[in-house]
Amino acid sequence: MRQFSMIDLVALTTALQYTVLLVVLALAFGSPLALFLALLRTTQSTILRLFTAFVLQLVQGIPLLALLMFFYFGLPVFLGVQIPPLVAVTVAFTIYTAVFLGEIWRGGIEAVKQTQWEAAASLGISRWQQFRYVIAPQAMKIALPATVGFLVQLIKGTSLAAVVGFVELTRAGQLASAATFQPLLIYSVVAAIYFAICFPLTLWSRKLEAVLNGSR
Amino acid sequence: MGNLNFRPLWRYQDAIIEGIVTTLWLTVIATLAGLVIGTICALVLRKGPKPVRYLIYTYIEIIRNTPPIIQIFIVFFVFPGFGVRLDPFPAASIALSLYFGAYASEIIRSGLDSIPRSQVEAGHCLGLSGPQVFFHVVLAPALRNIYPSITSQFVLVLLGTSIASQISTEELFHTAGFIDSRTFRSFEVYALVALIYVLLVTAFRLLFALIGKLAFRWPTRR
Repeated sequence: MRQFSMIDLVALTTALQYTVLLVVLALAFGSPLALFLALLRTTQSTILRLFTAFVLQLVQGIPLLALLMFFYFGLPVFLGVQIPPLVAVTVAFTIYTAVFLGEIWRGGIEAVKQTQWEAAASLGISRWQQFRYVIAPQAMKIALPATVGFLVQLIKGTSLAAVVGFVELTRAGQLASAATFQPLLIYSVVAAIYFAICFPLTLWSRKLEAVLNGSR
Repeated sequence: MGNLNFRPLWRYQDAIIEGIVTTLWLTVIATLAGLVIGTICALVLRKGPKPVRYLIYTYIEIIRNTPPIIQIFIVFFVFPGFGVRLDPFPAASIALSLYFGAYASEIIRSGLDSIPRSQVEAGHCLGLSGPQVFFHVVLAPALRNIYPSITSQFVLVLLGTSIASQISTEELFHTAGFIDSRTFRSFEVYALVALIYVLLVTAFRLLFALIGKLAFRWPTRR
């Protein structure tokens, strides 16, 4: 047993980089997928729309923890291959991001009035151009506050990667608390670090909400 | 590629059912306690003394901006510090109640704010008594406004109870880990558990939609 010291702080800071890495990877892979899902959810084809809605509802009913366990323990055993922890964890967070962000962006797209599509169509531009140049800029404004809000959810969500032994901030906290027997102190420090990252984002999201909704 | 074999899991059906029951208990306790906490906080935030309002504001922001798993750890480890040993289930209940309470208070506050003063005045003008105005003019429409948010928060807490497995609360997800360690059928175990969560969530969503349809069927202004 030893005291909580600089070493633990350094370890936490190092691990924080992996938390950030997870968030960046989840957004990098998750947001294109989210856009794709949002488009499928607002497509003109009823069958595609309902099918996507069904799949999204299903995946949203799975706890993030179960997704992580499934890709970390379940899938490698089934496929009989080794999957590096970072890959398994990234896949789980990518799906999580795609599903929730997709739903948020769908809301943004649907909030733009149908007449905007019609007006764009009357200009004779393609469906994709209608989306890209007329709908997307307006939808982005509407969905931005909720997107930043989701970012907070995602940052908090990465803490669950600790459960499969991926050393990010929470896992580093667990290790430090096992070494020092001061769980309360360590977890308070870890919580403070998360708070220091998430709270400004929450405030920003709230400000965006006030500014962007005020203009509508 | 391995082959699927769900048979080894069958003999654990009792454990799975127990896990489901514990998960549901956790969810219901967290929801009820959270609604009480949320209502009190929302009312105090409206017209309480300033220091208390700041205290509640701090509580809400801390809960909303830190991961639930850390909150559960802190609750689990804070009580032994005061000489009280807390079992995993009560610790998880407390943590999840505080978690739900923070979100519920924001939702309830927005519900109360959604009723304009003029509507209350209109109620008085119609000659309704004080309690009548409160129940029919303020509470009923406010409830309808917050109903969707509260129910989706319920679903999120149901999924969130899985985190309680990390302090060895014996709920569904903990059971999954137990069965996995006995059978080594990780793929089947986590697929099955994910399916159970999906079914629970779907069942509750349908139930809430039905209740909502029945309870709030008076026509809207729009």
